[in-house]
Amino acid sequence: MALSRDQIAQRVARELEDGYYVNLGIGIPTLVANYIPADMEVMLQSENGLLGMGQFPSEDEIDADLINAGKQTVTMATGASIFDSAESFAMIRGGHIDLTVLGAFEVDVNGNIASYMIPGKLIKGMGGAMDLVAGAENIIVTMTHASKYGESKLLTNCTLPLTGKGCIKKVLTDLAFIEIKNGKFHLLEHAPGVTVEEIIRLTQGELVVPENVPEMQF
Amino acid sequence: MAGFNKVVSSYQEAMAGLTDDMTIISGGFGLCGIPENLIAEIKRKGTKGLTLVSNNCGVDDFGLGVLLPDRQIKKIIASYVGENAEFERQMMSGELEVELTPQGTLAEKMRAGGAGIPAFYTATGVGTPVAEGKDERQFNGRNYILEESITGDFAIVKAWKADKFGNLVFRKTARNFNPMAATAGKITVVEVEEIVEPGALDPDQIHTPGIYVNRLIQGTFEKRIEQYTTRPAGE
Repeated sequence: MALSRDQIAQRVARELEDGYYVNLGIGIPTLVANYIPADMEVMLQSENGLLGMGQFPSEDEIDADLINAGKQTVTMATGASIFDSAESFAMIRGGHIDLTVLGAFEVDVNGNIASYMIPGKLIKGMGGAMDLVAGAENIIVTMTHASKYGESKLLTNCTLPLTGKGCIKKVLTDLAFIEIKNGKFHLLEHAPGVTVEEIIRLTQGELVVPENVPEMQF
Repeated sequence: MAGFNKVVSSYQEAMAGLTDDMTIISGGFGLCGIPENLIAEIKRKGTKGLTLVSNNCGVDDFGLGVLLPDRQIKKIIASYVGENAEFERQMMSGELEVELTPQGTLAEKMRAGGAGIPAFYTATGVGTPVAEGKDERQFNGRNYILEESITGDFAIVKAWKADKFGNLVFRKTARNFNPMAATAGKITVVEVEEIVEPGALDPDQIHTPGIYVNRLIQGTFEKRIEQYTTRPAGE
């Protein structure tokens, strides 16, 4: 069985470490916040200018002046700080964020990522994604392994305009956890109930498969 | 106005001198911390051919989106747009020119513009459509592209509090692009929720010093929420 959105988020959460400053993108990455272990301190950065994002507000806590990068109303965690957009991206570009999690349309064996633009369709823009992929050392991309038509999203070469070049090292899909190094995909883990053969079939770029591929743990 | 007193008495006075084909830099992120009454005044004036520099372009009937129906915007420089139908229509038909700029690069373009730095190198956008036509250089083995800074004929800013000298304090994430925008306008116009006497604000707590501010006005704000999200009661 392919992983659900929540299971993907749950697996990503296992990559968190105590004391991490983390930026979570819109979509599946946002769900990672629900799986931060109770005994761990993690500070969430929202690139519109908040470090220490809390949970959604109750009705009477709603504050139009307090939103996240997805424009959702949020609260501040204890010990939060507020800053302007230049300061926010100084954190990101300066490499101060410990982990960035974001979605993508495609990744390839050279660590390129395409995530913001499908030519001919409405182009909404890259927001902070280009800054995040260029600035972060530790990035996890979350995405479905293939389109609903069975077309692989893990490619030899991205076909869509790039968000960043040579910057992705880890991809967590609904089928597998994959590392990118030396111009190849490397299969680290398979999702429960998903066969290695299926992962090979749905990975278009070169995939290195070790003899023993462990099943994903949550 | 006298001395350092930046307070003006009307929104007409606040936006006086804005003419067709000017460049305006606006603070705000989504609909949060936008100078909503200054935008309304630009709509009322009917100024056309404007280049807008702002992270987003509002929604159909609020924020910078209200300048779209009368075709007041010629070009927008933004990181994320298209939250409204009229924007999409004008962009797809080519009536509206859109220059997509990474969010951090946009913030830095404003910051650098206000600080007298004409351009800067950044790794953001290397190898992407953003890099096309831009100078690329290597520093310490990594590639960077040259991005030019931005200044505006006007900057429009929303702050929470100000003293009459234009010293500004922002509130929560309504700060966002506002402090950089404030530095990058030839004429910087700020609207706030409350104006106090000089000396009433703690100098250590001021986010934007009054030197950047030319005109100041107190307004009332709708503060519309784009994504109203709550948690269930009792959690």
